[in-house]
Amino acid sequence: MRSDRAPRSLTLAAIGGLLFLHLPIVLIFVYAFTTEERTYQFPPPGLTLKWFAVAWHRADIWPPLYLSLRVATVSTAMALVLGTLAAAAMSRARFFGRDQMSLLILLPIALPGIITGMSLRSAFSVMDIPFSTFTIVLGHATFCIVIVYNNAVARFRRLSGPIVEASLDLGANGFQTFWHVILPNLGSALLAGGMLAFALSFDEVIVTTFTAGQQSTLPIWMLNELVRPRQRPVTNVVAIVVFAATFVPILIAYYLTRTGHETAGGGK
Amino acid sequence: MSFATEPQGGAQPVSHPARGPGDRLTGLFWRNPRLLTALLIAPPLIWLGVVYLGSLAALLLQSFYSIDEFSGVVVREFTLRTYGELFRPANLDIIVRTTTMAASVTLASAVLAFPIAYFAARYARGRWKAAFYLGIMLPLWSSYLVKVYAWKLILAKEGIITWAADSIGATPLLNAALALPVVGGNSLSTSYIGTFLVFVYVWLPYMILPMQAALERVPVSMLEASADLGATPRQTLRRVILPMAMPGVIAGSIFTFSLTLGDYIIPQIVGSSRLFIGQAVYQLQGTAGNIPLAAAFAVVPIVVMLVYLSLAKRQGAFDAL
Repeated sequence: MRSDRAPRSLTLAAIGGLLFLHLPIVLIFVYAFTTEERTYQFPPPGLTLKWFAVAWHRADIWPPLYLSLRVATVSTAMALVLGTLAAAAMSRARFFGRDQMSLLILLPIALPGIITGMSLRSAFSVMDIPFSTFTIVLGHATFCIVIVYNNAVARFRRLSGPIVEASLDLGANGFQTFWHVILPNLGSALLAGGMLAFALSFDEVIVTTFTAGQQSTLPIWMLNELVRPRQRPVTNVVAIVVFAATFVPILIAYYLTRTGHETAGGGK
Repeated sequence: MSFATEPQGGAQPVSHPARGPGDRLTGLFWRNPRLLTALLIAPPLIWLGVVYLGSLAALLLQSFYSIDEFSGVVVREFTLRTYGELFRPANLDIIVRTTTMAASVTLASAVLAFPIAYFAARYARGRWKAAFYLGIMLPLWSSYLVKVYAWKLILAKEGIITWAADSIGATPLLNAALALPVVGGNSLSTSYIGTFLVFVYVWLPYMILPMQAALERVPVSMLEASADLGATPRQTLRRVILPMAMPGVIAGSIFTFSLTLGDYIIPQIVGSSRLFIGQAVYQLQGTAGNIPLAAAFAVVPIVVMLVYLSLAKRQGAFDAL
């Protein structure tokens, strides 16, 4: 059909737009192999693999990496519990304050990170709470709830009908129904939500700078290197690690949910 | 799932005697569905209510405190003086600069996003549809800092743009752009042009997705009707497609606008040394130790967004959402 062929200019603009979105990332990989460590000279004067070894032996990279992994794991776990509970409640019934509740869940991600960050910072200051891993987790878990919630709520809505009634009719109590019927059905949505939440937390820097105090997560380490660079290609190696740590979970989340109507990641 | 093999899956009378606390609780929830809803909602409600709303309240509270100019100690007394400081010329400059940047970034994102969103919504099928979806999703989710860093590499004085301009003989063009007043600078990575490019790059997917969602809802038959009634493709675009894309543009612009207003990393890494709201907040709460003024500054994006949302609402932007 004639009308189903895109005009050439539109096709070119669309593909050009996609390339614009992807090509810059490729440069991160290129610069990880350059022999030039003091400037961002292009094209690289030579190629080398040594920066991967150098990064491996840099002692200042490992503690931030461990901290980021710890924070992302704990925040994801908390967000999974809180987000699933919220999704379960919101899909059950219309109740007083339901719209306000969904706004409240959305708010931490709808408002710019600096407001979430500065709010938490103000609260810690008003209540004299010292910075710790816990203060970082507090912020991360808060904005991860909505990610899990978004993934779970659509699945819950689909589940709440006949399948649950069938389970109850067959004599299972509410807990057995949850364990044997709801949870297995919810599984892939929760896994996808958890993956996205992990990726978001592992990479987060804006809120974290306000809640970390003197601690350094991997993104904060990277930020410091961006402001005061030394051994620039090492930063690229770390950037590749951070990129992979967010890229892989997103791909998994996509493949877990692509068959459903609620593909993961539509709203960040 | 395997209902058939579950031992308890057999037909049991519905009104069997309670087998344990699980059954008794199930009965209780069956009789009081509101109780279960309340128990489910309580933990997330308490978390968000205490941690998030509590923090927002603390932010507002702090913004009404002030700092003692001699001792640098926060005076915990209600005052509007801190908000008054926002209207000093230097601070007003920061607010105007950030809002202008947010508006230009939003406009540019909308223009750049349209062909991608329209192609993905209207023409991409099967494999291409999936490719476009992933092609927009992956940059949206992939590491924010890595993306900003990539642009630091691109825009550096000795970087790929300078090299490319040199190879195709466009160096005078690049120098002319950098010689522009206000937006130019020593190199792309220290100019507003650079800051602008990075903002557009980083927030573009946030504009594409809602725009694509809006365009998916344009029925092909409507476009055919427009053509049948004698409209040229250009007229169809202007009179039919663009108006129907508007709700998506508004939804996307809320993201691009608010994210630009609140960002402090991009202008710090790529840009001139002139401050944006986010940087002001960060520096005031950190090195300067002036949490009240930082808090007042952080309220500015909220106010600007509320004004923006009410304007959009008055324009009927949400009617179609």
